[in-house]
Amino acid sequence: MYVAVKGGEAAIANAHRLLADRRRGERSLPAISIDQIVAQLGLAVDRVMAEASLYDRELAALAVRQARGDMIEAIFILRAYRTTLPRFGMSVPVDTANMKIERRVSATYKDLPGGQLLGPTFDYTHRLLDPSLLEDEPVADPLRREADETSMMRVSDILAGEGLIEGDGQMPADHQPGDLTREPLEFPLDRDLRLQALARGDEGFLLALAYSTQRGYARTHPFVGEVRIGEVEVELDIPELGFAVSLGRIQVTECQMVNQFQGSAKTPPQFTRGYGLVFGQSERKAMAMSLVDRALRAEEFGEDIVAPAQDEEFVISHSDNVQATGFVEHLKLPHYVDFQAELDLVRRMRAEYEARQAGDTSTDLLEAAQ
Amino acid sequence: MDATKRNDTAAGLERKQIMGLLARATCAELQAGWDGLDAKPEVHPVRGPETGLVMVRGRIGGGGDAFNLGEATVSRATIRLASGEIGHGQMLGNDREKARLAALFDALQQRPEHRPAVEALLDEIAARIDAEDSRRAEETAATRVDFFTMVRGDD
Repeated sequence: MYVAVKGGEAAIANAHRLLADRRRGERSLPAISIDQIVAQLGLAVDRVMAEASLYDRELAALAVRQARGDMIEAIFILRAYRTTLPRFGMSVPVDTANMKIERRVSATYKDLPGGQLLGPTFDYTHRLLDPSLLEDEPVADPLRREADETSMMRVSDILAGEGLIEGDGQMPADHQPGDLTREPLEFPLDRDLRLQALARGDEGFLLALAYSTQRGYARTHPFVGEVRIGEVEVELDIPELGFAVSLGRIQVTECQMVNQFQGSAKTPPQFTRGYGLVFGQSERKAMAMSLVDRALRAEEFGEDIVAPAQDEEFVISHSDNVQATGFVEHLKLPHYVDFQAELDLVRRMRAEYEARQAGDTSTDLLEAAQ
Repeated sequence: MDATKRNDTAAGLERKQIMGLLARATCAELQAGWDGLDAKPEVHPVRGPETGLVMVRGRIGGGGDAFNLGEATVSRATIRLASGEIGHGQMLGNDREKARLAALFDALQQRPEHRPAVEALLDEIAARIDAEDSRRAEETAATRVDFFTMVRGDD
């Protein structure tokens, strides 16, 4: 029950003023600029873009700064901003086969066309704190080597050549891609809508669910067919012109997870797949997404639904951290009237209980006396 | 559009490719191109400049049917030259002035007397993009794994 109560305006205004002060912090230190956040905290910016579901590095960096580095708060702010903008249209689907590759690794094939490109990875670092970063020491320029012009064929296409893997996902012929920002979710969902929800889902939540599938809660026997990071062209149809034009490029991370076999009387045994695609450089999220995508296809493959990661309604209803934080955090807002009602209820229950106890005691005494 | 796949110069570029290059231009490049024009035509705004969203789509499995990945900010503008040509500018991001300038150059490239200046600008933009792309590709190539087989040392 919500009842309008006056008061607190001054306290709120002063609290926000205090927040602004704490956000700025020690004034003798230079303020961190949006460019610096984009350039030096790029993966934080990428996470905010991915989970806010809005690709704009500058605005995401602004949100990170405004939120004092609180990622979910930053995501919330960027999501809210997104609702103020009109939508111009839908892009032509991005072509990840033509990605400008910055990183590409496969755990299934050692020698694949284009090779294994490590790119700017944390892998194989020793995870030791680097004291040199306490100072602003000069950083060496990256080395260069002549680039291989071989097109980076997708690993799924290599396996598809042998017919040993299921195809890319197809929807029924007249299917329009669902859009959860326009229509409320109705379960069960189609895979396209699930992928949209997972792409904006909380990295931590998806990581935990993906981990659970590896630990035996819905085993999917996964291999990383391929992870690739790089830039793809975004094209938009311009009705006035009658053709699609490029709007520029965005960076995405794609994961092709190859999973164990399915086959039936009609189809021969073949690998199945999970798919992950995320804004920015976010390998952990793309991998987790692909594992959860595969786990959520349990029904499609006639697998028993026994684990949380296979439960579509559970996973998708709880993957959005803005929704989740909204409902969890609303508990701290005034519930004085609700609580008064409950307090009143528990007092009456207590009184009834005590009266009953007193009655029982007198009965007990009576029985003892007899 | 891929800057590396275009012809060596901007001459003969189709409008789609021109607009793709204008979308990748920096605001400074376009401003310099405009400032460098000898005879500046009269320009009337038709739409915008305005910022909105485009829903970016991916494909299930990389090559399957489309799904909605998430939105991106896009700025766009439409202008008309006094001589009647309509120009459209659109690109990722929030820079409305850049969208307006891109629309301007899209209109200007339709005028034969301005075409050489626009082509010179496009060459500049394409050269920068190509240089950036090859630098990044070469930096990535340096991180390619060269596998070799260890020969066992027991004899």
